[in-house]
Amino acid sequence: MSFVILASVTVIAALGLLFARKPVHAALSLAVVMIGLAMIYATLEAPFLFAVQIVVYTGAILMLFLFVIMLVGVDTSDTLKETIAGQKVLAALLGIGLGATLIAGVGQASIATMRGLSSANEGGNVHRLADLLFSRYVIAFEATSALLITAAIGAMVLAHRERIDPKQSQTDLARKRVADYAKSGKHLGPLPPPGTFARHNSNDTPALLPDGSQSKKSVPAILAGGASNGTGDEGQGE
Amino acid sequence: MNGLEQFGQDPWWIIAIKVLLVFVVCVVLTLFNIWWERKVVARMQHRIGPNRHGPFGLLQSLADGVKLALKEDLTPEKADKIVFITAPILACVPAFVTFSVIPFGPEVNFFGVETPLQLTDMPVAVLFVMAIASIGIYGIVLGGWASGSTYSLLGGLRSSAQMISYEVSMGLALVTVFLMAGSLSTSQIVAAQEDWWFGALLLPSFLIYCISMVGETNRAPFDLPEAEGELVGGFHTEYSSLKFALFFLAEYINMATVSALATTLFLGGWRAPLGLGTIWAGANEGYWPVLWFFLKMFFFIWVFIWLRGTLPRLRYDQFMSLGWKVLLPASLAWIVVVAVIKMTAIEGGFSPNWFLFGFGLAVTAVVVLGFLNRLPEKEAQVTTPAGGFPTPALPQGGAVRGAAQPLVFGPPASANGVRILPSPEEAK
Repeated sequence: MSFVILASVTVIAALGLLFARKPVHAALSLAVVMIGLAMIYATLEAPFLFAVQIVVYTGAILMLFLFVIMLVGVDTSDTLKETIAGQKVLAALLGIGLGATLIAGVGQASIATMRGLSSANEGGNVHRLADLLFSRYVIAFEATSALLITAAIGAMVLAHRERIDPKQSQTDLARKRVADYAKSGKHLGPLPPPGTFARHNSNDTPALLPDGSQSKKSVPAILAGGASNGTGDEGQGE
Repeated sequence: MNGLEQFGQDPWWIIAIKVLLVFVVCVVLTLFNIWWERKVVARMQHRIGPNRHGPFGLLQSLADGVKLALKEDLTPEKADKIVFITAPILACVPAFVTFSVIPFGPEVNFFGVETPLQLTDMPVAVLFVMAIASIGIYGIVLGGWASGSTYSLLGGLRSSAQMISYEVSMGLALVTVFLMAGSLSTSQIVAAQEDWWFGALLLPSFLIYCISMVGETNRAPFDLPEAEGELVGGFHTEYSSLKFALFFLAEYINMATVSALATTLFLGGWRAPLGLGTIWAGANEGYWPVLWFFLKMFFFIWVFIWLRGTLPRLRYDQFMSLGWKVLLPASLAWIVVVAVIKMTAIEGGFSPNWFLFGFGLAVTAVVVLGFLNRLPEKEAQVTTPAGGFPTPALPQGGAVRGAAQPLVFGPPASANGVRILPSPEEAK
């Protein structure tokens, strides 16, 4: 019963992953698939795998996916334009091939009742798993961790950039601002917020200066209807 | 088998009552914590705090909750509707679910059935809490993204980065607990703390956990995701009405959850504090443990409030480097130390407890002293020269301490022309 519910949720989410137009929706469907799989592990008496599946896949890996998708394109939808010629046909052929192999393979297998689970889980699922990982499969385990560390270091090396000038601390920046003020009279503090002393407080209402004139610097360039006016340029006078 | 036979034996109606109780406890705790936080922070800031609704203003959060639910529900035009509605639910549900594995007490007579005061337990209960918490992060990230606003997006990204980073050091701080308890189930971990609380045995882990639990719940001084001065409201800028209330509820339940987890893992869970159990055996039986549990939990929540009332917000890069460059290596090193001491103790056939306690205390003392050493010297009191910048005089007798004087309502004060609300009796 629980399998039927979980399996249908998982399959529906997997279809959602295929047919969602927005990448974020697809990533979310994938998250549901992962959680569905984790639940199935839980019903199959593999509690450790259940927790790890959620922590690692849903919590870490998919979150990274989401990060990238959100930062790269907030609103982008999938385009259906092919960038590689004949990609659709090839993909369809390979997909059908994979499906046929899977059906043939699974169809061959005879499914009997589960055996050996209680002896495998004797003394607690977590303890038995730890026993196996740190005795029989210790080399595979260590090799995997070495691989992952290598990958992480590789990514860091690729992204690393040697710093040429020393990093400016908050103190340095403050000193620089004061020096600029002494030299050119550039305003020290933050820009005036929009709407100060004005009739409205919306973002496109310029703040009023003590003499009643409007401060153009208080309105963001995007809202002021053109990037050419006062917000971007430096200088004290209005 | 693995000491969890006492779970999963309850009749269905006991389970139903327990589920209901967990839900009610979470909600009531939230209402109480909001009131308590406002009251304590008010005292710290020499104000009175809520005092109008109910005794001591206790019903203030209930009134606020009703007000919040009746507000207009806005959905921004640019919002991604489905995700915008799902996000608060996704933040709120995991917060409730994590409470299901928290042990409130030992086996008791519960409506005539012998059952532990815990909804359920599993061999991986603590990992389960971490897993469910990581689903809760989705609510915040997606809420930030779906609002279609820059502030929300930045808040969502910040909060997910923060929660993932601090979950790492939090998880590593828990590893030593697993090492000492030999189990990941909450009830077993409480059972393993019969003689020694892990908070004393594994002091560095306890401190690392306490720091990262503040980061994990997005609370001050680590409340960068909703830094008002920079991000308006962070991920919930565009949320209003019930959806906002759900985020609010999730934040306060999470605060209670990490406090309850800290109690369970480090302060002996429901066990009576300070060796009370050795003097009075009844302290660890029946319903008394519930009292100890909540006392310890409220201690942590009070620390949360204290931190919020005391510390300014950290800068984002400082906060991240604290997590990755200090807490993470420190927990890794401490895991190695604990493993070595425990293994030596097993081989040598002696108890590791005093060694761990002494070592942990020494390490903590060195770190704390080193930290104090780095603090800048107190500057001498600046005396204002004649004609200097005018500053208001300090109150006579130094800074004001303690709570504010209670307000007095009545005719004498209003005679001086000060508009004061009429007292409830007068209003009638």
